[in-house]
Amino acid sequence: MSAASDIALGDSMLPDPTAPLTASGNLRRRAAVSRLVELSATGAALAAVAVLAIVVYGVIVRGASALSLSFVTTNPSGLAGGGIFNSLIGSLEIVALGAALAVPVGILTGLYLTEFAGPQSRSAGALKLALDMMQGLPTIVVGLFVYGLIVIPQHHDSGLAGAIALAIIMLPLIARSSQEVLLLVPGTLREAADALGVSRWRTVLGVILPTAMGGILTGAILATARGAGETAPLLICDSIFNPNTTQLNPFSVHGVPNVPMFIYTSFDLPLTQAVTRAWGAAFALLTFVLLANILARVVLARSRAKMSG
Amino acid sequence: MPGLFSRGGKRARRAGRLGDRILFALCALAGLLVVLTLVDVAYQLISNANPSISRFGLGFLVHQRWAPFFNVEGAATLIYGTVVCSLMALVLATPLGIAIGLYLSMMASPRVRVTVGPLVEMLAAVPSIIYGFWGLIVLVPFVQHLEPGLHGALGFIPLFGTPSPTGISVFAAGLVLTIMILPIISALSRDLFMTVPQDLKDGAAALGATPWEIIRGIVLPTTASGVTAAVVLGLGRALGEAIAVALVIGDVSAIHASLFQTGSTLAERIANQFLGTSTKLQGASLFYCGVILLVIGMLTSAGARVIARRFDVARTMT
Repeated sequence: MSAASDIALGDSMLPDPTAPLTASGNLRRRAAVSRLVELSATGAALAAVAVLAIVVYGVIVRGASALSLSFVTTNPSGLAGGGIFNSLIGSLEIVALGAALAVPVGILTGLYLTEFAGPQSRSAGALKLALDMMQGLPTIVVGLFVYGLIVIPQHHDSGLAGAIALAIIMLPLIARSSQEVLLLVPGTLREAADALGVSRWRTVLGVILPTAMGGILTGAILATARGAGETAPLLICDSIFNPNTTQLNPFSVHGVPNVPMFIYTSFDLPLTQAVTRAWGAAFALLTFVLLANILARVVLARSRAKMSG
Repeated sequence: MPGLFSRGGKRARRAGRLGDRILFALCALAGLLVVLTLVDVAYQLISNANPSISRFGLGFLVHQRWAPFFNVEGAATLIYGTVVCSLMALVLATPLGIAIGLYLSMMASPRVRVTVGPLVEMLAAVPSIIYGFWGLIVLVPFVQHLEPGLHGALGFIPLFGTPSPTGISVFAAGLVLTIMILPIISALSRDLFMTVPQDLKDGAAALGATPWEIIRGIVLPTTASGVTAAVVLGLGRALGEAIAVALVIGDVSAIHASLFQTGSTLAERIANQFLGTSTKLQGASLFYCGVILLVIGMLTSAGARVIARRFDVARTMT
């Protein structure tokens, strides 16, 4: 076995009692190799942080020139003028709708896995596999699915179709994180509730869910942030007739305008102002997503502190 | 309404049983909904792809020509492009991701760990539309300057052929995908490296192993299958990415050895052409591409699961 022989001191290193206790050439070489590896690992981490900085910086620098109060409070006018108000609240609406669909189902799925199905049961295994596969679905495939499920029968794109697609993307994330947090709830709490003769559903609603709430909330926020940035499913389900006006009816023939599609269509236009406007929208989207991530971390840290004491 | 923990009488107990049943039914329904959705995904995709499937059959996978006006569509170039882009991303992101995982789990001080770790994870939070847009406007011009240098130095390898005139190329798409899957691989492998028992590392250190020898002899072998699963998950993400790739690859159906040529991938083709299909058959062919992606996606997530489970078994045995 090569791994072992690499660590074990080789024949050349067999102790010679008379040898001086200084590093031989071999040891110096090994130390140098080790140092080199440590340096390159540090370099890799630095490179990743640098890439993040470059991307964020690129978006901020280009987006800041488009940003103003009127940019976020007016609707777009023409191909390159105005702001992104309708896309912003449209996005908020679609994402909120998607989250409203995905969060309850996700939490219930997590509850099923932890409270009702035994860890070794066949149904739990099948469900976990299904969740893994759902999470592994390319988002564009989710878009095609919702197109076949809703857009074709209705004969038009709609905000509702986009919201359902986002819900399918969020669902496995929420279910997975809920399950993980629910597993962390101490078994003693369940036993204590059982000993008091509390029925299962009251234990779940009154003890288990409140204890796990912080972690579940974290998962929901992260999933929502993920959904907010998804473009591919909206391109397929909610993009064709997005108007320049505020449109909040998710059932309307006119789709609900949204930020990702606004960016996607703006950069295609051969107008500098349109590209600037798209950078502004990208800046708004990135800010939202990164802030949501930071918020999720804060919630998680606070709930951990609460759970541990 | 009695309080949540009211003392049970007969009625309360019956209500408790009813509540239990309702909650169980709701949870089971939610689980069922997940499974049914997945089944319906396959059904919808296949039924909408049916015109294309019945016309081209499995030949769709090997035919190169994509000419919707002539009712001829084949996905060979798309599959090739998908594989090449994803492999390029994998080749770049795997060593980098593992190195970052090692740095965060073994080398960084706790303070660095809690700042750099979340920053790396934030790379995964940036939406793909922003990577695509940034890639097109910032990265592509950079690639345009980078390619002649690479061609000059490594031109004898067919991968690094004649530089592209604009920078829009398979190479640019591979770079964007690298950035997108790097946080997945590094975060997962960091978590795995953290689980390596300290005793093993201490033992190796006591035998005189240098940090690198501990990594190569202890850390990597004990986590190998888990890291492989992480890499497979990253691969799955790369294979299915549509928007970011659509903006930087050019959407041209051709097979070139050189990375510096334009190309196309399955997901990217769907994103680029779905709204402008000229025939019903083209739409069905795009759904057919979706079916291929679905199969690939299921294989990668199932594969990662199988590998990870083997890892769990190996871990419990040691």
